[in-house]
Amino acid sequence: MSKAVVNAPAEKKKSMFSKSGNQKLIVLLVVIFLFIFFSIFSENFRRYTTVLSIMDYSYYIALMAIGVTFPLITGGVDLSIGTGLICYSLAGGYLVVHCGWPTWAGMLVSVLFGVLIGLLNGALVSIMSLPPFLATLCTCMITRGLGSICAKSFGISWPTTGSEGSWFRDIFKITIGDTKYPLGLLWVLLLVMFMAFVLNHTKIGRYTIAIGSNKEATILSGINVKFYHIMAYVISGFFAGLASIAYSAVFSTVQPGTGAGFELEAIGGAIIGGVSASGGAGSVGGSLLGVFVICLLKTGLPYIGLQANWQQIITGMVLIGAVMVDILKKKRAAAV
Amino acid sequence: MGDVILTMKDIDKSFPGVHALDHVNFEVKRGEVHALMGENGAGKSTLMKVLTGIYTKDSGSITFEGKEVEFHNTREAQDAGIVIVHQELNMLGHLTVAQNIFIGREFKKGIRIDDKKMNEEAAKLFEKLHIDIDPAETMSNLTVGKQQMCEIAKAISHEAKVIIFDEPSAALTEAEIEELFKIIRDLRQQQLGIVYISHRMDEIKVITDRVTVMRDGGYVGTLITDECTKDDIINMMVGRVIYEDPKTESAVPKDAPVVLKVEHLNAGKMVQDVSFELRKGEILGFSGLMGAGRTETARAIFGADPKTSGDIYIDGKKVEINNPQDAVKCGIGYLSEDRKRFGIVVQKSVAENSTMASMENFVKGLFINKSKENKVAQEYVDSLATKTPGVDQLVVNLSGGNQQKVVIAKWLIRNCDILIFDEPTRGIDVGAKNEIYKLMNRLAEEGKSIIMISSEMTEILRMSDRIIVMCEGRKTGEIDISEASQEIIMNMATREI
Ligand SMILES: Nc1ncnc2c1ncn2[C@@H]1O[C@H](COP(=O)(O)OP(=O)(O)OP(=O)(O)O)[C@@H](O)[C@H]1O
Ligand SMILES: [Mg+2]
Repeated sequence: MSKAVVNAPAEKKKSMFSKSGNQKLIVLLVVIFLFIFFSIFSENFRRYTTVLSIMDYSYYIALMAIGVTFPLITGGVDLSIGTGLICYSLAGGYLVVHCGWPTWAGMLVSVLFGVLIGLLNGALVSIMSLPPFLATLCTCMITRGLGSICAKSFGISWPTTGSEGSWFRDIFKITIGDTKYPLGLLWVLLLVMFMAFVLNHTKIGRYTIAIGSNKEATILSGINVKFYHIMAYVISGFFAGLASIAYSAVFSTVQPGTGAGFELEAIGGAIIGGVSASGGAGSVGGSLLGVFVICLLKTGLPYIGLQANWQQIITGMVLIGAVMVDILKKKRAAAV
Repeated sequence: MGDVILTMKDIDKSFPGVHALDHVNFEVKRGEVHALMGENGAGKSTLMKVLTGIYTKDSGSITFEGKEVEFHNTREAQDAGIVIVHQELNMLGHLTVAQNIFIGREFKKGIRIDDKKMNEEAAKLFEKLHIDIDPAETMSNLTVGKQQMCEIAKAISHEAKVIIFDEPSAALTEAEIEELFKIIRDLRQQQLGIVYISHRMDEIKVITDRVTVMRDGGYVGTLITDECTKDDIINMMVGRVIYEDPKTESAVPKDAPVVLKVEHLNAGKMVQDVSFELRKGEILGFSGLMGAGRTETARAIFGADPKTSGDIYIDGKKVEINNPQDAVKCGIGYLSEDRKRFGIVVQKSVAENSTMASMENFVKGLFINKSKENKVAQEYVDSLATKTPGVDQLVVNLSGGNQQKVVIAKWLIRNCDILIFDEPTRGIDVGAKNEIYKLMNRLAEEGKSIIMISSEMTEILRMSDRIIVMCEGRKTGEIDISEASQEIIMNMATREI
């Protein structure tokens, strides 16, 4: 029996690897495969500038995906992050561009706005017991409208490179000498590591998984489920706020009324990365890899002559594949 | 037995339409195992949920260790030293065993949860309890019995003063029950107060010191276990003595037509080369230990799991059954052992559940004939004595045993000729059990054929005309009731091949 004590941690690693680890590995291989595939078939794709632009496109989706992983694991969803992102960016940008606020204050407003909407989502789901799909669909519409109001229906351009207060663009793409470096990747990776820690090794993460596994049982374990349920949506909102900064920094102009559909790319990425569509299982690192799959398809397919429509069809099919894997896994687990 | 540690006095509780507890009294002493018995829906679980703060009582008082207490949630009850192992499993499938055991009171290093320490502590706990489970295993990978043992270990790890076991044995194997009893005796030694809820009369006699009986939400009385007989207890539970002889001879004529013939059925590891025949009007018992492959066989026949090979004949004609729809068309009905997952839709009403498998009889054009649905459902509520305030009650609000009756009604309304009952009386009290037995006999007399899977030997011997025994996915024996005995069946069930 004392042997069992010694063995336990080692066995755990093994089982972790064979479950969530396995899918992550597969998705990583898919990412590498797609990259090589597009590189072989398109000369233009092989360029460094293409890599840079893939990165640019991936930051905001990746950040949303990190955040939305939490509500997804509780068995819910957050549809408000896409239009929310635009709304937060417009609100912060308006203050910077038209009210003379310093850039950092605008960024802070973006993030806080996201947290606020997250709080609202959490309250609707956890306290008012609205189905997450409905609650966040409502806030999705609300943020869309709010965004337009904030910007008085005009597009907003955060300070452009070279002008005063444009330092924040360097956070994501820094120019040293003549070369540009995708610095944002570093921040995304650091955040992924941090949130993976939160998910796997802190109470917030543990109870997020517990709620997704069996909410009733979690309540009976004496856990303040309402609080932790709200927290999942706050995390999602917070990361939507961060994503809005990435968006402001990467694109020159932010248009009100856009953003619908971004959330699907983030949620799709998370699901490709192994988040169970019915809650309970998932990993932050997997979500990031899933986003890369989506971004590679999005940027890569036009290079081999397939337009946007095809890219959506193919992305949809990849998603079906990912959900099928999830269902098969569950079937196999039930058969044991 | 020591002094009284817990007293519940005049507890009253109503749900909409149900007076679940009617001035109930209950007490537990230190160092005693106190059985709480009563028919399905008598209010046992509700009483314990009131005690542990899951439900709030309407009136009455609870005194714990000399002080009047009122808990508002399980946490408060836990902190005071009262823990409960629920009737329904409350596991978190995606977390590990250790993470489940220490949920809500994780060991921490700073803000980091110390999983290593939790694994070690869980391993120590299991060692103390002689349970062989790896703390790092994911919960959903364990068998139902093992999961239940984890729940029990979790309860014990709270250093409680009172532990409530709400039908802990329903999902356990004989060996696991033995282990559980050892644990309970140990806890009694340590002067804990233990509440033990079970429908199994034999267990009550073996493990408990006193018995409190409830009936229809009311308190009937408390007996000292050693000084009363089974019949005394049953009498108090239902107000009359039930007695039914086990079958000694098959009621089926030798030349009765074969309605179902299964040949060389294979489905995965758990069903290997199973062949048998079922005759008209027969009750065919399937016996064996847990995990013998009986449920898997039934599911494969019913088309719920894919078959690898094998033929099925109904009334002599070969049929293709690839999914449950095919099976239902062939007149087969299946009552799952896991009714929560496969048997009922808990958020629907009794009437809707009852008619679910035979919808087409209740539609007029595009619309569901509600009044017919309600009428038929009510008929079956009456004939099965299902305890529910009405057919529009949501099934989730019924007690465990009454939910089972709704599932039975569902297949009876469907008018299936071949019925597979998988553990039909699990978690059902003696009174209801007897009704279900009578019902099965009546159905067989009317010419229906029944396959009854059961882990309870007495049930197999009492009900079957013929018995098939399985072990590790194979059929290891077939025996007529006139020749069957407990020893012979046990021998077959553990036979090596
Ligand atoms: N949440 C609820 N809402 C409405 N009615 C309920 C609720 N919980 C229990 N009841 C009703 O209260 C009565 C007592 O149920 P309880 O679960 O306590 O029975 P039990 O004695 O534990 O039965 P079993 O042996 O079948 O588990 C039943 O009639 C049941 O339908
Ligand atoms: Mg009960």
